[in-house]
Amino acid sequence: MAPTRREFLIIAGLSTIGVACPPLARIISAKTGTPSSRNISPVAPVVAPALTAKGWGMAVDVRKCPDGCRDCIDVCHLTHNVPDFGNPKDEIKWIWQERFEDVFPAENHPYIREASKKRPMLVLCNHCDNPPCVRVCPTSATFKRADGIVMMDYHRCIGCKICLAACPYGARSINFRNPRPFIRQLNPDFPTRSKGVIEKCNFCEERLSRGMLPACVMACPEKALVFGDVENPRSVVRQLLDRKFSIRRRAELGTKPQVYYIL
Amino acid sequence: MKLHDHGKILAGIVVFLIAATLPFWYGRGTAVSPPDLRLDTPVIQQLQDKRCVEATSFMRSNHMKLLNTWRDSVVREGNRSYRATDGKVYHASLTGTCLKCHSNKGQFCDRCHDYAGSKPACWNCHIIPEEVR
Repeated sequence: MAPTRREFLIIAGLSTIGVACPPLARIISAKTGTPSSRNISPVAPVVAPALTAKGWGMAVDVRKCPDGCRDCIDVCHLTHNVPDFGNPKDEIKWIWQERFEDVFPAENHPYIREASKKRPMLVLCNHCDNPPCVRVCPTSATFKRADGIVMMDYHRCIGCKICLAACPYGARSINFRNPRPFIRQLNPDFPTRSKGVIEKCNFCEERLSRGMLPACVMACPEKALVFGDVENPRSVVRQLLDRKFSIRRRAELGTKPQVYYIL
Repeated sequence: MKLHDHGKILAGIVVFLIAATLPFWYGRGTAVSPPDLRLDTPVIQQLQDKRCVEATSFMRSNHMKLLNTWRDSVVREGNRSYRATDGKVYHASLTGTCLKCHSNKGQFCDRCHDYAGSKPACWNCHIIPEEVR
């Protein structure tokens, strides 16, 4: 259904001519009876200027994460229409909690301090700089944007699950069933997914485009989640990483994860 | 060449032809009126110049192509603005821009899609705002 390259170039060329010659356009529109539309105000394209970066990244200050708090998870799932199938096998995960030994298996040892062992770790898609999911996707449904966000194009996903196997962080989930009936409260500003489509965290790409920080970052009462441009030395993330020692999940795999943990 | 059981074969062919062409016989003489599309939503009524993103004739035949261009532009390139041929800039969004004016999906989109026998997959995921609110 998409226009072919030839059709696109023809439309683009004609559009350029139309824009470049307003009198001609007016004559044509007068002839064909199309009313001139100069007097209505355009729809506001964006609410606020989009937030842009060379490489988005996040720092999770696990020490600040309050016990029993699920605010970031709840707000994310509400914002993105994440279904709850009520079954851990079918669970759809965008941001969730895991045990320390599962998040940092190489850093775990029998004498690790109790506080670290007990504390649930907040995990999400790492938006890797070298994402294995992107490399294996046969339809390019998942791809890395210039600003580092590893995106899902739900339109192109065929549900082959190769990315599920490729992601070493378990950050991708598939809808084995139609998720619509399992969404408690629908947010009309974000689409749902359909049966057989993979989904994951998108670093709130749709919010960044409207000048807002990710929903989880805004929801955290303790400011344990810090989001910013990791390639900008003056960004909040870089300032935090300059001050505190940080580690990344299974960085030895070479995926170059962009979520940094301060323990 | 001798045709064995030619009675049965010919009867079978006749039955098949009748069954295959039944839809044409069945609907003969009954004219199906073209869909009655409603454009009287509150937002459209308030518009001074009742013009869609592009000219009506273009939208009628090419809205699906335009939407596919918007989809690729928004999802793949992160570009959410669309500059129309008349120079105006629109927020490229199916539910945010299209359905803001055409808030009566049932009387606008569906009527024509039903008439044309077209089953777009848009609504499997994209939420119709009027159904939620």
